[in-house]
Amino acid sequence: MEEIPAHPAGKTRPKDRTIREDYIMTLTKRLFLGLAAGTALATLPISAMAQEWQPTRPVDFTIMAGPGGGADQIARFVQSVVEANDMMNRPLIPTNRGGGSGAEALLHLNETRDPDHTLMVTLNSFYTTPIRQDGLGVDIETFTPITMMGVDPFVLWVHTDSGITTFDEFVAAVREMNGEYVMGGTGTGQEDSIVIAYMSGVYDLDIKYIPYDGGGAVARDLAGQQIMATVNNPAEANGFYAAGDFVPLLAFSDERMDAYPDVPTMRELGHDFSYYNQRAIVGAPGMSDEAAAYYREVFGQVYESQSWQDYLVSESLSPLPMDEAETRAYWATQVENHRQLLSEIDG
Amino acid sequence: MEVLSLIAGGVTTAVQPINLMLIVLGVTVGLFIGAMPGLGSVNGVAILLPVTFLVPPTSAIIFLAAIYYGAMYGGAISSVALGIPGASTAVATTFDGRPLALQGRASLALVTAALASFVGGTVATVFFSLFAPLLAEVALSFGPPEIFALMLLAFATFVGLGGDDIPKTIFSICFGLVLATVGFDTISGEPRLVLFDIQGFLRGIGFIVLAIGVYGIGEMLWTIEQTRGDVTTTNPKMTVKGLISDSKEAVRRGWKGTWIGSVLGFFVGVLPAAGATPGSLMAYGVAKMTSRTPEEYGKGSPDGVAAPEAANNSASTGSMLPMLTLGIPGSPTTAILLGGMVMWGLTPGPRLFIDESEFVWGLIGSFYISNVAAVVINLAFIPLFVWMLRMPFTILAPLIFVLSIIGGFAASRSMHDLWLIVIFGISAFFMRKFDYPLAPAVLAIVLGPIAEPTLRQSLLLSSGDPTIFFTRPIAAPIMVIALILIFLPALKLLRRKRQVTQD
Repeated sequence: MEEIPAHPAGKTRPKDRTIREDYIMTLTKRLFLGLAAGTALATLPISAMAQEWQPTRPVDFTIMAGPGGGADQIARFVQSVVEANDMMNRPLIPTNRGGGSGAEALLHLNETRDPDHTLMVTLNSFYTTPIRQDGLGVDIETFTPITMMGVDPFVLWVHTDSGITTFDEFVAAVREMNGEYVMGGTGTGQEDSIVIAYMSGVYDLDIKYIPYDGGGAVARDLAGQQIMATVNNPAEANGFYAAGDFVPLLAFSDERMDAYPDVPTMRELGHDFSYYNQRAIVGAPGMSDEAAAYYREVFGQVYESQSWQDYLVSESLSPLPMDEAETRAYWATQVENHRQLLSEIDG
Repeated sequence: MEVLSLIAGGVTTAVQPINLMLIVLGVTVGLFIGAMPGLGSVNGVAILLPVTFLVPPTSAIIFLAAIYYGAMYGGAISSVALGIPGASTAVATTFDGRPLALQGRASLALVTAALASFVGGTVATVFFSLFAPLLAEVALSFGPPEIFALMLLAFATFVGLGGDDIPKTIFSICFGLVLATVGFDTISGEPRLVLFDIQGFLRGIGFIVLAIGVYGIGEMLWTIEQTRGDVTTTNPKMTVKGLISDSKEAVRRGWKGTWIGSVLGFFVGVLPAAGATPGSLMAYGVAKMTSRTPEEYGKGSPDGVAAPEAANNSASTGSMLPMLTLGIPGSPTTAILLGGMVMWGLTPGPRLFIDESEFVWGLIGSFYISNVAAVVINLAFIPLFVWMLRMPFTILAPLIFVLSIIGGFAASRSMHDLWLIVIFGISAFFMRKFDYPLAPAVLAIVLGPIAEPTLRQSLLLSSGDPTIFFTRPIAAPIMVIALILIFLPALKLLRRKRQVTQD
């Protein structure tokens, strides 16, 4: 494996400064822990992992979405598992950098001066944002794969009061409305709009699409019947589904979902289409092999933990374990798929 | 009554030693976090979230809610003592709190803020206990057209108030609205107004950046220029007797603002997307509008402190409601709380009240206790904050600059924001010199990002037909009131002219 320099040329820093910063960071961490949990946390033993490399400062845990959404929930859950089991000797510091459909986060990782301490929790804007914004100058295939935590399927939902119970009835209702059928989503070019665009294309549907600024807001306005249908991740809709407000009509997963065994998939209807939101942890471009190995070990443990396995079930995420080479190949195909899907929407 | 026994059960949970201890700790931590300019409840809750894994979920959320509460109380402290809003929710508190402090009545302002916050928080908790499921339904009936109408009403309360120069007020609002559009557009997904192609603008211009620039730097420059650095604030020594007489005065001169803020704040807080900041700004506007002495506002009216402070506490309780009953956060802080609840294995949503009754009522019980704890702790610290004001201005001013810069950096950890703060500070100084009111610009940058997408969503819903705002049962009356308020000054002017010609 080729050696990737820890600090890309032109971005190296004088050594003494790094050391001083380490010292300050150590102090800050002690203060933080002291303030936060008294001595209880600070005296817990640091997990003894047979690793040479360990983080020397708090790790930037960038979330490429705003607070409250799926990626944010996952990031904070992962942080809690790491924290509760004391898996790292330095804390993860979650920071929401959701601006510009994740452009802010991508740029932050691309330009970081400390790739060994910079991680990101992704969704599919990881693929779509660099395609839609040429000027960004971000090539996600240079990023460092860490761990694929799971993939989040999409489901078509309507409100119970609409009386619609099957996908056929949905198609009939949309056609009857003649362009007045209203769906909400998180914006043109976002995950759900790709699914809706595909569905509309195949079934020749004319849908009025209202963009919102997050999946949570979309689900809320379906609950209030401001909009008639949505394509939401299960995590965003499950509360309303459990209360009997939402009806799932169609899953965009490869196979029927355990949570909704009676809901057919797009594939069963004869269309070769499934769509998932990637929930992965990714390292900055130029992360050293030692650091990447360390984080893979840590998040591998998180992945194996009972808490995460329970979370996968309760939030209807599908597992999709992959190693580094597989992830890189997966990224390449995803970028290609998205380029094609987006050109169909925009074209 | 069943509700009463549930509340009693909840209060019993909240006063268990561990929970009580967490409430006191949370409120105190929140108080200081809220008092730091730039840092608000969001930061406090986010930083301390992982700590809560050491205790059971009910205790954990009680702790975080106590921080949230404490920060709402604390926000008023830097608004009054330093003139910089400690958090976005405390912007309106500076309008009258700061003048009071400059008149040497800082303790009156702080006592008013504390008592109003207590009443606001308690009234909201009572509403919450009695009507939670019903209000969740109401919140859902607010779609984009209704939210837009509400935002227009908020603007209207500021334009239609008179007093300030109206063209300049409108200019200031437009200035804020333009700043609010910088960054990514939700509707089209395209970047807008990325000035000079600086990547930092992709993220948009945060409210905190503008507020710290305007209040922390701009106002301070203005004060220095006006007084040549010789600010004399007379601060009588704080005594228990002084505190009691201040409390009496606060009740006498602030009760009206308090009840307006308490009721209005709660309903605005309950609505998804709104939250405590618009709630407090609207409460200030409405209190001024309905006051018999509106000219006192902005010059140190206790009502002007009480209204936004009652409203922000009331709204922060209100914004818990959509979070718990619908799983939809009403504010950034509740979004983080929501994340926490998922981690603790709870599913917020319509079934939470049924499935996790003990958790919900424990939390509601803690609201009552937190309020009592917060008002007591806050009153106890007031002498400390007043003492801070006794520092010579030559020490206080640099201290405020430093706090502004640290607070501005801490919020986003970006140098880009720091430069913006300095630029806004200097611009604000000049706007102030030319008599442009700055509060409307701050209002616009808070409400603009809510108003603009909802306007466009509404028009998408109606295929471009603006009558959508007048044909929906909830949106229509709000729109009509907003429009009347906007055109009220023009009507008054016309009438006056007619009278003059008749004479």
